[in-house]
Amino acid sequence: MTAKKLGLKQRYAHMTRGLDWETSYQPIDKVFPYDQFEGIKIKDWSAWEDPFRLTMDAYWKFQAEKERKLYAVLDAFAQNNGQTGISDGRYMNVVKLFLTGVSPLEYQAHRGFAYAGRHLRGVGPRVAAQMQSLDELRHVQTQIHTISHYNKFFDGIGEFQHMHDRVWYLSVPKSFFDDARSAGPFEYMIAIGFAFEYVLTNLLFVPFMSGAAYNGDMSTVTFGFSAQSDESRHMTLGIEVIKFLLEQHPDNLPIVQKWVDKWFWRGHRVLGLVAMMMDYMLPKPVMSWKEAWEIYFTEAGGALFQDLARYGLRPPKYADIATAEAEHISHQNWAIFYQYTHAAAFHTWLPDAKHMDWLSEKYPNTFDKYYRPRFEMWGQMAKEGKRFYNMALPQLCQTCQIPMGYTEPGDPTTICFRRTQFRGETYHFCSDGCKDIFDNEPEKYVQAWLPVHQIFQGNCGGATIPDVLAYYRMNVGADNMDYVGSPDEKLWNEWQADKIKTAV
Amino acid sequence: MSVVALTPDYEKHIEFRDLEKNFHGNRVVYLHWEQHLSFCSAIAFPLPPSMPFAAFVEAIVKPHYAAHPDFQRIDWSQVVWMIDDEKKTPDMDKSLEENGVKHKSLVRFWTPGLEGYKGSAS
Repeated sequence: MTAKKLGLKQRYAHMTRGLDWETSYQPIDKVFPYDQFEGIKIKDWSAWEDPFRLTMDAYWKFQAEKERKLYAVLDAFAQNNGQTGISDGRYMNVVKLFLTGVSPLEYQAHRGFAYAGRHLRGVGPRVAAQMQSLDELRHVQTQIHTISHYNKFFDGIGEFQHMHDRVWYLSVPKSFFDDARSAGPFEYMIAIGFAFEYVLTNLLFVPFMSGAAYNGDMSTVTFGFSAQSDESRHMTLGIEVIKFLLEQHPDNLPIVQKWVDKWFWRGHRVLGLVAMMMDYMLPKPVMSWKEAWEIYFTEAGGALFQDLARYGLRPPKYADIATAEAEHISHQNWAIFYQYTHAAAFHTWLPDAKHMDWLSEKYPNTFDKYYRPRFEMWGQMAKEGKRFYNMALPQLCQTCQIPMGYTEPGDPTTICFRRTQFRGETYHFCSDGCKDIFDNEPEKYVQAWLPVHQIFQGNCGGATIPDVLAYYRMNVGADNMDYVGSPDEKLWNEWQADKIKTAV
Repeated sequence: MSVVALTPDYEKHIEFRDLEKNFHGNRVVYLHWEQHLSFCSAIAFPLPPSMPFAAFVEAIVKPHYAAHPDFQRIDWSQVVWMIDDEKKTPDMDKSLEENGVKHKSLVRFWTPGLEGYKGSAS
C-alpha cells in the first residue's frame, strides 16, 4: 500500500516546523539576542500562521517557472530592438530613476530579511523572512538584467550602484533602508513588511507598471509581473507580522503604533519620487498621483486600517496631511529636479502645453494657481536663453533628507520650516512628521549622512560642482541636464527618422 | 536615552555628524527668499562667522537670487529679515555672528510688494 499523500497544511508543517534546535550548552537568548530588546513580548511563537504555506521545494519550482518566462521575454525584447518601441525617449528617465533609486532597495530588503530570518527565534516567521529575502535578491537581479538592455543605448544607468551610495537625492531612499536595517528585527519587519510593502508598495508597483505598459516598456512590465506574485506574498507577511504582534501581548500595541506612524511617514516621503514619475515623467500619463493616492491609500489603506481597528491600531499619524499633500508633492518634487538638473543622473524638461492642460484637469484646485505660473516663467526664461538653475545647495530635512521644498499644510505659498534642539545643536525638518521621528530617537538621526553637509565638510571629492559630480561618477553632459539637446534625445530622434524612412 | 538600542551604552558611541567644528572654520547658514518658491527650498552655505552682514548680502544673497525676474525690482532698504524665527534689522557693518547667526541658523527675507511671478509666489 502506498503512503497517503500529505495535505498542504501537514506538508507545510513538516517542511517548516522542528527545523530549529534546542540549545544545550548556551542559553537560547544568546543564540537569538535581537528579538527582545525592542520591548516586543511574544508568548507563543508557534501561533504564527503563514497564510501562503510555501515550502522550499514548491518555491524553487514556482520561481524557476517565472524565471523562464521572464528571460524568454527579455531575449525577444532585445532581439526585436524593443527599446525603439517605447513612447518617447524621455520615458527612459523613469527607468533610470527606478534603477538608481529603487533596485538597490531590493538588495537592501534582501539583506534586511536575511537578518530578520536569522534573528527571530520562531521558526515559522524565520522561514517566511528567509523566503522573502530570496525573493528580494531575485528582484534586484531581474531588474538589473532587464534594464541592462537599455544601458546599451541610454545614458545615466551604468553606475547605479556607485551612485546609490553617493548622489544627493539617492540618499533619500538609501537612508530609508539604512534606518530600517539599523533598527531591531521587529521594527524592520513593520517598516518594510507592513508600512512599505503592504500600505505603500501598491502605489509603486501598480501605477508604475501600468505607466511602463502604457509607454511601451514591455521589458519593465515583465519584471513587474514576475515580481508582483512575490509582492502579494510579502504583503501577506507584512499583515501577518502586525496581527501576530498585536495578538501576542497588549503591551506590543503602543510600540507597533509608533512604528506604523514613523514608517508610514517615511514611506510617504520616499514615494514622492514616484509621484513625480507619474505626473511628469511619463510621456503618456496613465493616472495622476492624486488619483493613485485616493485608490491605493485612501480607499485600500482605509479598509485595511478598519480591519486592524479591532486590535486597537489606528491609521497612521499625519495620514490626513499626507493625503492633503497629494495635491502638491509631484509638482514640488519635479521643480526640485528641474532646477538641480545639472546634478541629477537623469534628464528633466518642462511640461508642454498639452501636458500642463492634463495637470490642470487632474489638479483643478491647485495646478493653475500655484504651479503653472512657475513652469511658464521657466519656459519664458529658457526661451530667452536664461534656463533657470539653482546654483546653491539646498537645505535638507534631517530625517527624510529631501530638500526642504514642501509647503505648510493649507498654505502652498509658504515653505514649512520646523526645527528642534538636541544637546545644544539645531536640526531642521520639512514637516511635523519628520520632526516627530527625530524627536523620538534623536541619538539615531544626529548621525544622518546629509549630502549637502558632507560636501561642505569636504567628504565628497572636492568643493566645486565638477569635483562632486566626478565623485558621483556622473558623465557630465550625457547623464545630466535637460533632455532637449542630450545624446539620448539625439539617438531617439535618429531612430524616429529611420522609422519614417522605412515606411516611405 | 530615548533610542531603543541593543547596546546599553549606545549613547556613548553616537557621532554628531554636523558639528560646527567639522566645517573647517565655517558655519552652515541657510537662506530663503519668501514668496519666491521657484527657488525650491532654502539654500545652504558654509560661511565664516566673521563675515560682515553687508558682505553676506552682496556676495551670497544677491548673486544666488539674481536669476529671478523680480530680483531687479527689490528695494533692499525695505527688505524684512528674520533670523531663526525672530524679525530683525541686521547691522550691515557687523558680522554674521554679531547679528545672531549661529551654526545652522535660518535667515529668511521678505521683499514687500514682490510676490513672485504674476503674484503666484513662484
